[in-house]
Amino acid sequence: MKGLRLLFFCGVFCYLYLPIVILVGNAFNLNRYGLRWDGFTGKWFVAMWNNPGLMEAARHSLVIAFAAASLATAIGALAAIAFTRYRFPGRRLLQGTMMTLMMAPDIILAIALLVLFVALGIALGFWSLLLAHITFCLPFAVVTIAARLEGFDPHLLDAARDLGASEGRLLWRVVLPLLRPALISSWLLSFTLSLDDVIVSSFVTGPAYDVLPLKIFSMVKVGVKPEVNALATIMVGLSLILVILSQLFHKEKNTP
Amino acid sequence: MESKTRPAVIGLVALWLVVFGVLPILLLLGASVLTQDPAHFVRLPLSLDAYRQLLEPAYLQVMLRSLKLALITVALCLLVGYPFAWFTARLPAGWKTTILVLLMIPFWTNSLVRTYAIRTLLGTQGLLNKALLALGVIDAPLQLIYTDLAVVLGLFYLMLPFMILPLYANLDKFDYRLVEAGRDLGAGFARIFVKIVWPLSLPGVFAGCILVFVPTMGLFYVATLLGGARQLLVGNLIQQQFLNARNWPAGSATSVVLILLMALMLAAYRLLLRRAATARGPQ
Repeated sequence: MKGLRLLFFCGVFCYLYLPIVILVGNAFNLNRYGLRWDGFTGKWFVAMWNNPGLMEAARHSLVIAFAAASLATAIGALAAIAFTRYRFPGRRLLQGTMMTLMMAPDIILAIALLVLFVALGIALGFWSLLLAHITFCLPFAVVTIAARLEGFDPHLLDAARDLGASEGRLLWRVVLPLLRPALISSWLLSFTLSLDDVIVSSFVTGPAYDVLPLKIFSMVKVGVKPEVNALATIMVGLSLILVILSQLFHKEKNTP
Repeated sequence: MESKTRPAVIGLVALWLVVFGVLPILLLLGASVLTQDPAHFVRLPLSLDAYRQLLEPAYLQVMLRSLKLALITVALCLLVGYPFAWFTARLPAGWKTTILVLLMIPFWTNSLVRTYAIRTLLGTQGLLNKALLALGVIDAPLQLIYTDLAVVLGLFYLMLPFMILPLYANLDKFDYRLVEAGRDLGAGFARIFVKIVWPLSLPGVFAGCILVFVPTMGLFYVATLLGGARQLLVGNLIQQQFLNARNWPAGSATSVVLILLMALMLAAYRLLLRRAATARGPQ
């Protein structure tokens, strides 16, 4: 049984990692089509660097991911506070809306937001993309932060209130510092979700604001592009760093 | 002393969720019952033409094919994900974390990049074909890429963690003494699984299936990269209706069907949870 279990795990992880390993290998492979190993090269990274369209899309993606992660975490923190601390009419309805946003397939969110932007007269580009990315990151931010809020010692907040702190001061001076690990986790998760998105972006951005996944999609649709391998290798490295960071903060969260 | 903080926080959150959560879905429902307009996307009068169009054989064919591919993907995810979650849940705490982190690393990597990576694996000159040729399993390279099989393998690759995580959350709480009790009473492996483990894990199974099934039909880029140019998934259909044909009512109606499917599954899930709660009785 033990041997079987090991074999099973190995098989699944082989399937999950083999494509990524091949991709990274091909990024350094002299052979353009990756058909066989022709020797080590760094020229695909140079080709990537010298592709202005690709680099611009990468810059756009990072800007959007940074802004969307920051704003989703800020709004998410407020929403988590509202849902856990306050009782108000319509609370359950709003919570339901948020869970629906989380469960909804990307394609539905994508076209619903496209229809919204057109109806409101928001041009498709930076702003529509940013608003859309905040929207799909938000539920994940709220869930991450609310989990931490629910684990709070209520006496801390009572003590602050007894000492005469107003609600605003209480949130700013007591709740916010205690939320720090959850805010970081939420930011990292939102950043990753934003960089990962293909479906929503392909509907809500315009030709003036191309982002990385869309650029890669249009490049690889027609064939093999070695500079995409190089870029993908960098993206794999980036997500590895993000996973490690989030694990570190997860540890901090568990040890008070 | 009531400060202004509280109403301000509630107001902002409510405003955001109504504008970006509720309003878009209402507009989508509205667009699906309007008439197509080349200049302004949609116009009056109200009509059910878009829904009538969905019943045409060309659309129905894509729908059914997409359903079939999604069902196969769900089955495959369950087949691999269930033992994976079970084995992981039975591991010591340290190993659990390792396995889950190893599962999450690809998951945090861009899904388009991973789909592209799968293409290199499955290509006619790809590693899989080379390995099979070298082992003498096949004489000529298999045509894997641009087939339905390739699409299913790609969908399975992307969606597997969505199946494993809810299953793991459920099986991790499983009381293993129940298996021991069953064994003491003389039940075999199959009987214990069918009578004890499987029924208790149904909420996890259902949650995993919901998370995989409907989103799978929307992953148009997987079908484009691995399945060739044909219309395979509902996602391709919606993309084509919105971005190429500019037929917004039809695209909206197609996604309303997906929304209904999702709502149906969630309702079934709630029913299942309620029945599980009553079966267990008052605690």
